[in-house]
Amino acid sequence: MINLNSNIPEGPLEKKWTNHKFNLKLVIPANRRKYNIIVVGTGLAGASAAASLAELGYNVHSFSYHESPRRAHSIAAQGGINAPKNYANDGDSIRRLFYDTIKGGDYRARESNVYRLAEVSGSIIDQCVAQGVPFARDYAGYLDNRSFGGAQVSRTFYARGQTGQQLLLGSYQALLRQIDEKKVTFYQRREMLDLVLHNGKARGIIARNLVTGKLEKYIADAVVLATGGYGNVYHLSTNAKASNATAIWRAHKRGALFANPCYTQIHPTCIPVSGDYQSKLTLMSESLRNDGRIWVPKKKDDNRKPNEIPESERDYYLERLYPSFGNLVPRDIASRRAKEICDNGFGVGTSKMSVYLDFENAINRLGKDAIAEKYGNLFDMYKQITSENPYKVPMRIYPAVHYTMGGLWVDYNLMGTIPGLFVLGEANFSDHGANRLGASALMQGLADGYFIAPYTISNYLATEKFDKLSIDNTSVTKVEKEVEQTISKLLSINGKITVYEFHETLGKIMWNNVGMARNKKGLQEAINKISELREEFWNNVKVVGRGDNINMQLEKAQRVADFIELGKLIATDALNREESCGGHFREEHQFNGEAKRDDKKFIYSAAWEYQGTNKKEKLHKEKLEFESVSLTQRSYK
Amino acid sequence: MKLHLKIWRQVNNNSKGKFINYDVDNVSEHMSFLEMLDVLNEKLVHKGEDTISFDHDCREGICGSCGMMINGFAHGPGAGVATCQLHMRSFKDGDKIVIEPFRAKAFPVLKDLVVDRSAFDRILQKGGYISAKTGGIPDGNAIPVKKEDSETAMDAAACIGCGACVAACPNSSAMLFVSAKVSHLGLLPQGKIENKERVKKLVAAMDEEMFGSCTNTYACEAECPKEISITNIARLNKYFIKATL
Amino acid sequence: MIGEVFISPPKNNINTNNLVTAKIFSYFCNDKISEMNIFNSYLTSSVGKKILMSLTGLFLCSFLVVHVAGNLLLFKNDNGEAFELYSQLMSTNIFIRSIEIGLFFGFALHIYLGLHLWNQNRKLRPIGYKKYKLSENANFESRIIRLTAVFVLIFLVVHLRTFWFEGRFLGAPSIFELVKVSFQNNYYSWFYVLSMLLLSYHLKHGFQSAFQTLGLRNKKYLLILNLVSFIFWFIIPLLFASMPIYFLFRK
Repeated sequence: MINLNSNIPEGPLEKKWTNHKFNLKLVIPANRRKYNIIVVGTGLAGASAAASLAELGYNVHSFSYHESPRRAHSIAAQGGINAPKNYANDGDSIRRLFYDTIKGGDYRARESNVYRLAEVSGSIIDQCVAQGVPFARDYAGYLDNRSFGGAQVSRTFYARGQTGQQLLLGSYQALLRQIDEKKVTFYQRREMLDLVLHNGKARGIIARNLVTGKLEKYIADAVVLATGGYGNVYHLSTNAKASNATAIWRAHKRGALFANPCYTQIHPTCIPVSGDYQSKLTLMSESLRNDGRIWVPKKKDDNRKPNEIPESERDYYLERLYPSFGNLVPRDIASRRAKEICDNGFGVGTSKMSVYLDFENAINRLGKDAIAEKYGNLFDMYKQITSENPYKVPMRIYPAVHYTMGGLWVDYNLMGTIPGLFVLGEANFSDHGANRLGASALMQGLADGYFIAPYTISNYLATEKFDKLSIDNTSVTKVEKEVEQTISKLLSINGKITVYEFHETLGKIMWNNVGMARNKKGLQEAINKISELREEFWNNVKVVGRGDNINMQLEKAQRVADFIELGKLIATDALNREESCGGHFREEHQFNGEAKRDDKKFIYSAAWEYQGTNKKEKLHKEKLEFESVSLTQRSYK
Repeated sequence: MKLHLKIWRQVNNNSKGKFINYDVDNVSEHMSFLEMLDVLNEKLVHKGEDTISFDHDCREGICGSCGMMINGFAHGPGAGVATCQLHMRSFKDGDKIVIEPFRAKAFPVLKDLVVDRSAFDRILQKGGYISAKTGGIPDGNAIPVKKEDSETAMDAAACIGCGACVAACPNSSAMLFVSAKVSHLGLLPQGKIENKERVKKLVAAMDEEMFGSCTNTYACEAECPKEISITNIARLNKYFIKATL
Repeated sequence: MIGEVFISPPKNNINTNNLVTAKIFSYFCNDKISEMNIFNSYLTSSVGKKILMSLTGLFLCSFLVVHVAGNLLLFKNDNGEAFELYSQLMSTNIFIRSIEIGLFFGFALHIYLGLHLWNQNRKLRPIGYKKYKLSENANFESRIIRLTAVFVLIFLVVHLRTFWFEGRFLGAPSIFELVKVSFQNNYYSWFYVLSMLLLSYHLKHGFQSAFQTLGLRNKKYLLILNLVSFIFWFIIPLLFASMPIYFLFRK
């Protein structure tokens, strides 16, 4: 029987985390080395958790499907990281960051978690500075800030357009230090393919050595998943090519509940698709909206070049519709407006599926050098891909799948419904509600890894008793056998359709029917189509190569198999949620084109329980209680 | 356009490899180089042949996974780009393209174009960090950092660890990679404290991992996708002298 | 508690190809090679060896200045009187003689380190590239540094044999006469000129390279470094080369 106990501590919101930390049980330093912890993933959340846990004295086993921890996709985050330091003296505070995040998430996140996130975020900046993250500074040598969407203050810390890279290198270096001290063992090119449960607790993983193809069994006392989001269900997204849902999906199939899968974030500023061969989409940081102005021609099907269109014939639609936030409205809104504008025929570019992001004003005002200093690498990247010079012509952008707010359900301690399974970063569902604000993903990953998981995992280890478990125990070998069967099945089907083609088909279904605007009919259609696709996949997929060396086709096949199943759950959740909130927009539920929530019926997190192949998943509801904010219709006008 | 590719194929680390020729038609100039290889791989799958393996992930030039020698250049022709950012507009119809893995004793080939660059991690593991533990840290603004230093540190920290410097160097030297990290941390007041130990340890680790010595050809700088400057190598040398005298 | 542990072990093929001298030093210091004392940090690490390489190189460069300055006396129209005096001084002055010993050690170390590093580096890419466009990434003089090194070494042997060895050990009566006769030989002179051209390439790379290796090459000093470097790779070899040509055309 699943018990959705969120374990929110008692007391006033501001005191919850402080009180909770005092109440958490500790493991004395001498005993810590007796415990083993598996951490899957080495992005911001995984690397920071692994390093911090190892510093405490636990034996940490860190896994990555990459050759090096530094290749994790956190590295690609561009814009920045939020913290309510109020260095800008513009009225920022923990409470304001908390409020902005809850509001930005359209009141679909757990209040206590979000407050804690805002509370610890200041320490992240301090920690990163101490690790040598070269954040932008002013001439006096102090930290500089910029502003991001959904906030009226400047609270975003940044390192040019490579903030994610620099933060990841910080935690990667912390991890390396622990590897050298032999407190962390790093397993490179290992992909977790299943979770091992013993007496109801998460006790290990089955991983495939991607170089030799061998399955390997690992046992520990707790398992931490920090494996990122599932945006690649949509085929084309800003996620890295290897980013996948396999770890969390297989854990889900072993009993971990999956919460709010339908909350996917479509990022408004990405480089538009250029052809069928397109393999992925590239994000242009939200920070560009600080100085860039978004516009389209006022006339439909205007084929003039952008600089031939006079100011009076341009429609700066975000500034027109949302005067108080202007170009810096939250991502879901900016994306929806862009889609609407293009659907109505005002789009630009050859495909007519893009809008302009123009820096002419900013360059005239601040000078080209100032713009280059802030966004130089982004401009270069844009030029590299499109061969257009954004200093001279406006960028063309269009929304693309970017982040998934949903993920494995976790309680206040970041533990999933399987005891001993902790889920951190984008892989969990906890802090962003139905929409994530810019520069908050880095904040959450590091908050979870540095400042939350080390406390709560210690508490779990201190309060539980662990049976001795050998790798030859049936709880382990049974799972290993199942994984082995799946792999040999994939290699033996030898059908006609390639893995890539399946992924592409799935992506089209998801983008068209479960994308920026969803409706009942489309979602039902998607569910049916995906069921058929799954059937087809397991009968007609073609996986070439062997099982005993690097086989990227086989790796991808397993990931796509999981994407197909997860895609169906996303559609199911979207169909169930008969309201619009944040990134989930149901056409049936809108008010003047804005998302219309239904707080009476849907003020809950939907946590889905796996029931077996092809069976409809069972819905559990975690009711959201709001004590310190009043629920209003989000307005950025 | 149509291209003639000559690609290194190798089953695994223990086997011998060889070049195999492939022709690819209908290549669009807007494709990225890796997308062109994707298209070729799809064809191979349909033919039932094993696909060409190459490391890649973010495809926006920041993760450092991709990297191959293309016509004698690490990451192909053109400055300041990783392989994933190279576009087919850099080639002409009928071009012959030789594609090889990064070659160095320290980078063993695992399959086709995939090499193991974990030697880089093992170097940094010896001291490529500031030994700050989680928690107990003063406020981020407690120690001001000169803007100029912070910017120079950032220039060096932009390294993506792709290994192009080693691949391009006639001596398979990792000096640019190591010096970028030494500069990044050594320029910041937080990192200065461990400077002497760091530079000694990293240089020793670099030698241990079988990377060559620098003969100042500066081919690394020319091929670096992040255009990391060789000034960093000079800085490493300076720190080394300070640390050992 | 962990099950099977598969770690990719750090490669244990430690570069044991260290210098014999380092081992000797460490013997006297009663120290292991792996522990860094000042001697073995220079003699065992790649960066240390490069630093010694550049220090010896610069030391040899300083000798060139003295040498060329002295040799300019050849141009004095006094039938070699001043030059003869100068060569007398060079071979008898106790200070000069002791520097000479230093020079020999400098040459020896510079050559030994060069060979040693070359020998180490060449093993580090067991399988070469089919196509390798180093020529477009590195300048000419840096690519031919080993070639110029070998040639300069050959030149040095010939040069020492002709002048220094004759004067010092075989008691040649007049060095000036020796110079005159040698330089009036066509082959010898053109060999000399060619050698200076290659020395010029060697210095063009070597001189600024030494500053890079000593950590002194940065944007602030780049201009001045390039100027001094120009003196060394252009002016000095030019002056040296002008001597045989001078004698050749005065025949």
